[in-house]
Amino acid sequence: MKMRTAFEEELSNLHVRFSEMGMMVNESILKSVSAFVNHDKKLAQEVIEADKMINKRETDLEKTSFELIALQQPVTSDLRMIVTVLKASSDLERMGDHAVSIAKATIEVKGNERIPEAEELIAQMGDHAKQIVEDVLNAYVKEDSEKAEQIAKEDDVIDDFARRISDLCIIKMKENTETIVGGTSYMLVASYLERVGDYATNICEWIVYLKSGHVVELN
Amino acid sequence: MANKTILSASDVHLFYGQKEALKGVSLDCYENEITALIGPSGCGKSTFLRTLNRMNDLIPNVTITGNILLDGKNIYAPNTDTVELRKQVGMVFQQPNPFPFSIYDNVTFGLKIAGITDRAVLDEAVETSLKAAAVWDDVKDKLNESALALSGGQQQRVCIARVIAVKPDIILMDEPTSALDPISSSKVENMMMELKQDYTIITVTHNMQQASRISDRTAFFLNGELIEVDETKKIFLDPKNKQTEDYISGKFG
Repeated sequence: MKMRTAFEEELSNLHVRFSEMGMMVNESILKSVSAFVNHDKKLAQEVIEADKMINKRETDLEKTSFELIALQQPVTSDLRMIVTVLKASSDLERMGDHAVSIAKATIEVKGNERIPEAEELIAQMGDHAKQIVEDVLNAYVKEDSEKAEQIAKEDDVIDDFARRISDLCIIKMKENTETIVGGTSYMLVASYLERVGDYATNICEWIVYLKSGHVVELN
Repeated sequence: MANKTILSASDVHLFYGQKEALKGVSLDCYENEITALIGPSGCGKSTFLRTLNRMNDLIPNVTITGNILLDGKNIYAPNTDTVELRKQVGMVFQQPNPFPFSIYDNVTFGLKIAGITDRAVLDEAVETSLKAAAVWDDVKDKLNESALALSGGQQQRVCIARVIAVKPDIILMDEPTSALDPISSSKVENMMMELKQDYTIITVTHNMQQASRISDRTAFFLNGELIEVDETKKIFLDPKNKQTEDYISGKFG
């Protein structure tokens, strides 16, 4: 039926624009970590700028979702789809904010004594976080709730990185007080990435909801 | 607003005897849009719709003042040819009202009255109109059978084809789906969405969801007054008027 198609087209548009937002956020995370470990202020500035686009996209998705709800009165899986986009887009937006915090840390930490091992761990942790976000977006596109549950478990690896970085920094800061400013930044960045992982887990929960209609708590 | 104003009503008052049924309605309708008129029973929305092709002329004791401009010309000017007007502004009613003859003769009725007898022209018009009304596939093998033998939904779409056949600019619809089941209704709604590419549609509906799904602009009537008109999005998400909000959220009365 044609009418269904017009509505479905809008839904699939919403779908696509949400996925795009996910890619924007993932790129920001990647860039922010890269900026941080390579001490690249210019790249950090790019992340801060790009966040405006991410925020705008979130508002945009919200607006479209409200319109679809008010004008089309969606039910069942259509409604779940819109709710998922609404909830998950605010998780994505928060991830973007953490990327900005990492970018800002890049700018602040410049010129202080460094801890190369911590930077190495942060780089690895960043790769991991990026991979998780990428997997989450894939699971969303495929509405693969099993995959989503699996990814949520992966979050333990991220948490583990955060602990290791924190332990390492504390040891180094005790050894050499010159590393305290830098060390505090490493710990902060690690906790930002750890939060990114948590938001990715939230999105996993919404994917399960999208598929099954059950609101669940994962990891 | 990108589209051009095709119809412009200003300060339209209508009296049934002493009773004022429309109390100064001003409304613009735009080309290739669907305008939905909503409001509780007796609010004047159907009365207003009928003023747009002078259907109220047929009712005794009706007085109408104000202007209704169609493409800039006042349709209530003394020299207006109402037959010509109704060709330009067609009407579809709540109850499907096919004539008691064949589908083919129903669709070609207006054209034959206009003196067209060329079989090829008529055949072509029947096919295009029935296709535009999204009922061609249902009836193409039984064009010579009585239109009364069709289902309600099919009859309604044949009636719409009958209106389209004379190539109007505007199609008025007075609750076109309220006598139809949900499936037939959604077929008519789909068809309306397609039709607006070529026509301007003004529809009266009691079905708020229908107005929200298909219309570009929504006008809310109450007690003979036009309370609010705006883009449908605006009306359904954030109307300016409290009465509009109450009505569309079902809090009325």
